[in-house]
Amino acid sequence: MSDVLNTAQDRVVTPNLPLQLRHKVIAVTSGKGGVGKTFVSANLAAALAKRGLKVLVLDADLGLANLDVVLNLYPKITLHDVFTGKSKLEEAIYKAPGGFSVLLAGSGMVEYSRMTSEVRDSFLHIMEGLVPNYDIVILDTGAGISDVVLFSVSMASEVLLVATPEPTALTDAYATVKVLAAQQKRQTIRMVINQTAKPGDGRAITAQLQLVLDRFVNAGSEHPLSLIHMGDIPADPSVRQAIMRRQLLAQSDPGCPAAQAISQLAKNIDVALLRREG
Amino acid sequence: MIRSPELPQINLSDLRLAEARALLEHDATFQLPSAEESPVAYVQKILDGLCELSLRDPLTGLSNRRCFNNLLNREIDSVARSGKSVLLLMLDIDYFKKVNDTYGHHAGDLVLQAVAKCLETCVRPLDSVARFGGEEFAAILPNCPTSFGSIVAERIRKAVADLSVVVSPTETIKITISIGGTFAPEWVRSTTALWTERADAQLYRAKSAGRNCVFIEEPLSVSVSADEKGMLFGHFLTDDTASENIANFASNGAHNELDELK
Ligand SMILES: Nc1ncnc2c1ncn2[C@@H]1O[C@H](COP(=O)(O)OP(=O)(O)OP(=O)(O)O)[C@@H](O)[C@H]1O
Ligand SMILES: [Mg+2]
Repeated sequence: MSDVLNTAQDRVVTPNLPLQLRHKVIAVTSGKGGVGKTFVSANLAAALAKRGLKVLVLDADLGLANLDVVLNLYPKITLHDVFTGKSKLEEAIYKAPGGFSVLLAGSGMVEYSRMTSEVRDSFLHIMEGLVPNYDIVILDTGAGISDVVLFSVSMASEVLLVATPEPTALTDAYATVKVLAAQQKRQTIRMVINQTAKPGDGRAITAQLQLVLDRFVNAGSEHPLSLIHMGDIPADPSVRQAIMRRQLLAQSDPGCPAAQAISQLAKNIDVALLRREG
Repeated sequence: MIRSPELPQINLSDLRLAEARALLEHDATFQLPSAEESPVAYVQKILDGLCELSLRDPLTGLSNRRCFNNLLNREIDSVARSGKSVLLLMLDIDYFKKVNDTYGHHAGDLVLQAVAKCLETCVRPLDSVARFGGEEFAAILPNCPTSFGSIVAERIRKAVADLSVVVSPTETIKITISIGGTFAPEWVRSTTALWTERADAQLYRAKSAGRNCVFIEEPLSVSVSADEKGMLFGHFLTDDTASENIANFASNGAHNELDELK
């Protein structure tokens, strides 16, 4: 992959995590809130771990990513303690039920959700220490396109954009794609369509988004952006149940359609990003 | 006596209001409360006066930096929600130190006041101008299309360059300003620190380029037009009602303040 981010103009943030580290980082983002980023991040992490990968999920929305709730984990030591120098980075990393590691932001981090150069620097520093120890680091970013979200995304070579078929979610996903194209000169964005009604819907939505992009954004652009459809996750009552029980799908209902879709998504990511065969 | 559900009773004579009143007395623009008013109205007026005082720059009458940061935060909120285009300008008087050194501080003050007045007359009522500190000013222009940024800033620059400031009965001086500007990235929740930092960087470019000029950061274009929305949802359309709904959803309201900008 070409180093698209190094050619990015510095706009809102300055991405400068070393390239070999960025290659291991996936940012899960959406534009609209509540479409399933955290659900996807956590369950995808478990599915990738099951495939033998060493995975870490980080609450990259600095306390707003509700990862703690989904995983039913309320750790004593959080990213906040690392930021303030109270604890060492290793102490803030916990094992989640699905066999992967998590680094949670802690509620104290909300004050940092207003990005400053210092927050940026400590965040980068933490990532530099963290990423070498894992095969994949998943950043669960928050709702909206904030400076924090854009900054987290800039530290990832791959973006997994979660959208649902709803018009508002699609508009926000499209706006996010445009921001990423303009701000970071990205050439690929990977799509996951969550809560689909029937097979094939997700692929059709991604194709439609691509058509709009080609017509309004890519026309005449030096950096045409392509969307890669990575998978659909069907709307499935088991998801709500799992979340209510504070469990991963793999624990509460491993055979349900959504769980199968997540396994397939993990396989697609494994093949596409780590070049490993299914 | 003042009664309030949360507060214990307060006896007005326990409050030291004289000092606050004296502060307000120095400012000719305030209507001081008279002693005949009801105690509540009296205290309220003093408090209102102090609030006003804490948000205004005494020399120029413009918003001060504290007030400006509040306004910026408000705009950041609205940009993140609506994706509207908002321009932040940082404006700095060129060679201001020379004015002070050559003509004295009183002349410096007169120049600051003249520039402040000029800036205020250059912008629309919905725009805000503030004294950011020293000889630096800032302006927020909500709902300013990206294509107008340079035009507006250039007009302000020229208006200041055309000023003649009378600094003494025998001396009239010309001044110029440098302007740096940046749009809040549409849909992006920024921070006051980052946004002003970016505008300052443009101001620095203007200073380095020789002053008396304008630099506006090339804006990100991420607005989602009605055409884009229409095409985005095109495949969902099954009947006419659906298409009508989507057309309503997709249409962007017209903003007549735009006309004032030109
Ligand atoms: N495939 C699905 N089927 C059914 N319900 C789902 C599915 N995916 C997500 N949900 C529901 O959507 C809710 C929101 O999911 P989640 O918290 O992961 O969203 P999010 O994008 O992380 O939200 P936020 O923007 O607030 O961080 C879940 O609690 C769940 O009930
Ligand atoms: Mg979340």
